[in-house]
This record gives sequence, structure tokens and C-alpha cells, in this order.
Amino acid sequence: MVEVLVLAEHRKGELRDITFEMLTGARKICDKIGADLTVALLGFNVKEFAKELADYAKQVLIVEDERIKEFNSEAYQKILAKIIGERKPLLVMIGHTAIGMDLAPSLATSLNIPLTTDCIGLDFKDGKLYAIRQIYSGKVNAEITFKDAETYMVTIRSGAFQPEKPEPPMGGGIINIPSPLTDEDFAVKKFVEYVEEAKGEIDISAADIVVSVGRGIKDAKNIPLVEEFAKAVGGVLACSRPIVDKGWLPKDRQVGISGKTVKPKLYIAVGISGAFQHLAGIKGSGVIIAVNKDPKAPIFRVADYGIVDDLFKVIPVLKDKILELKGK
Amino acid sequence: MQSLHETENVFIKNGVMVVEKMDIIVCVKHVPDTAEAEVTIDPSGRDIKKEGLPFDINEWDNYAIEEALLLKEKHGGKVTVITVGPEEYNETLRKCLAKGADEAIRLYDESFKGSDGYTTAKILYSAIKNMKFDLILTGAMAGDDGYAQVGVTLAEMLGIPHASLVKKVEVKDGWVKVNRELEGGLEEVAEVKLPAVLAIQTGINEPRYVSIAGIRRAAKKEIKVLGLAELGLSKEEVGELGSPTRLERLFIPEVTKKVEFLTGDPSEVASKLANVLKEKGVL
Repeated sequence: MVEVLVLAEHRKGELRDITFEMLTGARKICDKIGADLTVALLGFNVKEFAKELADYAKQVLIVEDERIKEFNSEAYQKILAKIIGERKPLLVMIGHTAIGMDLAPSLATSLNIPLTTDCIGLDFKDGKLYAIRQIYSGKVNAEITFKDAETYMVTIRSGAFQPEKPEPPMGGGIINIPSPLTDEDFAVKKFVEYVEEAKGEIDISAADIVVSVGRGIKDAKNIPLVEEFAKAVGGVLACSRPIVDKGWLPKDRQVGISGKTVKPKLYIAVGISGAFQHLAGIKGSGVIIAVNKDPKAPIFRVADYGIVDDLFKVIPVLKDKILELKGK
Repeated sequence: MQSLHETENVFIKNGVMVVEKMDIIVCVKHVPDTAEAEVTIDPSGRDIKKEGLPFDINEWDNYAIEEALLLKEKHGGKVTVITVGPEEYNETLRKCLAKGADEAIRLYDESFKGSDGYTTAKILYSAIKNMKFDLILTGAMAGDDGYAQVGVTLAEMLGIPHASLVKKVEVKDGWVKVNRELEGGLEEVAEVKLPAVLAIQTGINEPRYVSIAGIRRAAKKEIKVLGLAELGLSKEEVGELGSPTRLERLFIPEVTKKVEFLTGDPSEVASKLANVLKEKGVL
């Protein structure tokens, strides 16, 4: 039977959203090509997860070992290489996440499987796999094809598929696979611990109005311009990744996948082009307003209202207008 | 019993051979900066129009070269930068030399065109497998095609461990302790045995600027160029022929949500925005 294999992702006692997103995308492919959907779950004390996953797949393969309580790419690679080698699935799906990025390229290379990464869409047409991915930070999409192979591998971008629970639940069988790991598998790479970011005074994820500043601000000395605007609208100041990378604002102000997810009533993006990592962090926002010089910037694909202009010209005028209104 | 002689790069500590001086290879890419540019597709339908776009070192690689230079300043050793690409890529190599890299190598043959992430790693591997190194740094991804694939693939080809999305590096006793960036503000501390490949995430350090003296120094340095034959590769193994994946076509993403642009001079825009905010009851 043709099989699509999805790697379940979990951390700190929780199955991650990407797992259910991938399972939903995989299910559609399976329906189209008549394949079985299998999910692989690696970890320790994860039987509860297996039960949850059984609703979403025909089979749940579970490998438990105390040494993979936390993700370790070397150990995961050994287990998955064995599973893929034995089952020869047509397609392997892994998240394009901190886990997948550390795992998929080496796993695919070791098995000589064609891999493409960070996919936002997948399709089989006439038995051929097509993957869609974004390049140039979301400005262009690329369609990728593969050399004929027994197995293909893709990593999937977070949020590419909307998770849907199958109705009725699939009631998949749970198959325990003995762990093939030995201490030798941990000889060159060891998990030590998790570190949480330092918590600041302001929690941007709890704010009703968030004003975010991005690369367009050009210099740290210009940040107060946006900060004052944020104050005027009664919001908190947040930012996109480049601002934190440059050390202009602390990490707890960063909106996006590696930072915080925000769901304010009003989100104003100032000088932010809208890399996917940022857009994923503002999905649940009410009204999104974007100020950017480039009318083709990806931020305008998610914004409700757009202002195409130089932020240095627009923001001071916007601030005064809002203060004037509030004064009335 | 054979005695271990301490060499320039190695000393014995508690009976264990320890690498002190670090020979570091940094893989870099020369990419167009499209952050503020309009991107259009060229007539081939498989590439973007690159005329007029500013090119520079890939942002992630800029942090990788900085990390290598910081390690060299701390531990001593040598930093070699390596790239896969045509002559224009020398500009990025020269920038790295100007910042303080010791040597630069460019791998190029016409047949490399169309290489995917896997094949780019294979070309790098064919040069690096003959080199002496303790650590390889790459950017975690490139700002143009964004595969985030080359570093980890290269590690597998070399048979050495890796860590991706690295935000902190500490070398000690033949191991490197790294912080990896996870989702939601979380980091993971992991230990990886040297030699290893680390794929560096942005924000790990503050990349230095190039000094005039550095540029002068770099201008005199030779850039070693290696082609297909020197790398022991054949045309069938590289480029589109050798790549397991192929970029079939490019297209501009469909707009699914319609944005309403507020137009006019700043004061008109401000009035329109104020109306919107009042209407939506968010102010």
C-alpha cells in the first residue's frame, strides 16, 4: 500500500500545531492518490499523544525511549531511517521548524531521498509530486519537481495547512516499535536544557493595540518616532525580527514564530515588509494596518488597510491627527 | 607507547587531546537584496530579474563570518571562507577577507547552474573533505531561496554532527555548546562534538563593518578558484543534471485578501485612517 508518513512534533509535553496542520495536508493528498496516512511519534511517555493522533491517521507508529524525551536529531535520524527504509513511504512530511530544519536535510541525505523544504503547498498530478514554496522572503513562489524516486521528503511551513479533525475520527491503529537506540547514538550530540527568554515588563501578546516597527526604521535613533505613535494610539510597541537581531529592542518585543504571537484588536505594522515568520505571529489580529514604501510588500497581502509611503513622512502626521482626535 | 606530540592546534589536558586553536571554514553566499525592491520574473520563468538589484553577503552568513572571527580572536586559528558561484561572488569573499578572514576559495563551473540545496552541499563537500578544519559555520538559511538545507546536508556528507539555528557558541574541550533558537521565545542548549557544522541564526552577534585598512589588505589577497576537475566532480553530478529537485517555474503569489489602500498626502491619509479607526471602534 502506498503510504504518506508524517512526523509528529512535540515539545514540553504538548503536541505542536504543525503536527495537525501536516496531518490535514497529508490527508488530502492521501484521499487524492489513495494512500494510507501514517504518523510517526518519537519520544518518552507519549502514549496519550498516540491516542490523540489516532483520530487523524490510519496508523500511529510509536517509538519510546527515555533518551529521546527531548528531540535529538541524531537519535531521530537513526529511528526514522530505519522506519523509512523498512516501510518505503511515497512521501515523508516533516515540519519546517526548529526540529525539522535540524533533522530533514541530514535524514534525506543519509537515505538518498530527494528533499525540498519550507513548502506551502503540495500536489500529485499524473503520479508526479509538485511542491510550492516561497522565495525572496515571500515575494515570489516557486514550483519544485523531483527526480523519480521511491520516496520523497518535504518540510512544511507552519500555517501552510489549516488543521481540521477528520469526521468521523480515523481510529488509527497504534503500533509500538522497539527503540533501536543505544548510548552510542548520543556520543556526538546531547540535549542539555531549555532556556526561556527573559521576561520584560510589557506583555505584547496581552495588548489590545500593538504597533510594530521593522527594518524600514533604518536606525535605532528613529525608534522613538514609532514609540510615540504607539503611545498616541494607546498601544504597546513591538517589532519584527531584524530590530531584535540588531539589539534595538529586547527579544520579548518580537512578534513572529520565534518570538510572540499577538492577537490584538488593532495591529499597525510600520516599515515591516512581512516575512512569513512575522505574518505567522499576527494571524489572529482584528484590524491590520500597514505602512510601507513598497506596494508589493507581503505585509499588504494580510493587511486590511495599507498606506504606501515613507514612514518618516506619514507617522508624525498620523500621530498628530490621533492626538487631535483624542483631545476632542 | 607512542607519545602524542603537542602541535600548534592541539594540546593535552588531563590526558585528553584538546583542540585549542580553531581552523574554521565559513560557507557564504552572494545574494540579491530584495527587501525593498520590486521582484519580477525573467523571461525564462525560472529566475527573477537581477539587473539593478544590489547584491551583498547573505544576511545569515554575515553573522556566521562574524562568529568565526570572534572564535578566532578568542582561540586563535584560521578562518577560511568558501562559496559556490561565479566571479561576482568574489565581492562577498573580499568583504569577508576585509573583515579578517585569512583565506578565500570560490568553487565554480558553468555546469553548477541550477544546483539545488543538496547539490550545492555536494560541491562544497567535494572541496571541504580535503581540507583541515575543526568547525564549519554556515548561515542557517539564505535570503534568496531560503532552503535552510546546505549546512545540515554538508554535515551528513562529511559524517560529522551539526546544529542548526544556532544563537550562541561556546567551544570547550573538543565540544561546542550551542543555544538553538526554537519557537515562541524558547532556546535549547545542546552539546555537539567537534568537528561539527553549525548553521548560524541572525542576531547571534553584532557583525562588524569593513574598515578601509581591511579592504586594502583584502585587495592583495588571492582568491583560490576550484573548478569541476579540481573538485573531482563530473557534469552529471552537478547543476540541474545532478540535482534531485528542480525549480520548474516561478510565479507571483495570488492575493487572497484585498487590502484597501489609503491614498493622498499624509494629512489626507491621516484623516482617512482616523475615520477607519473610529468606524471599527478600535480607538
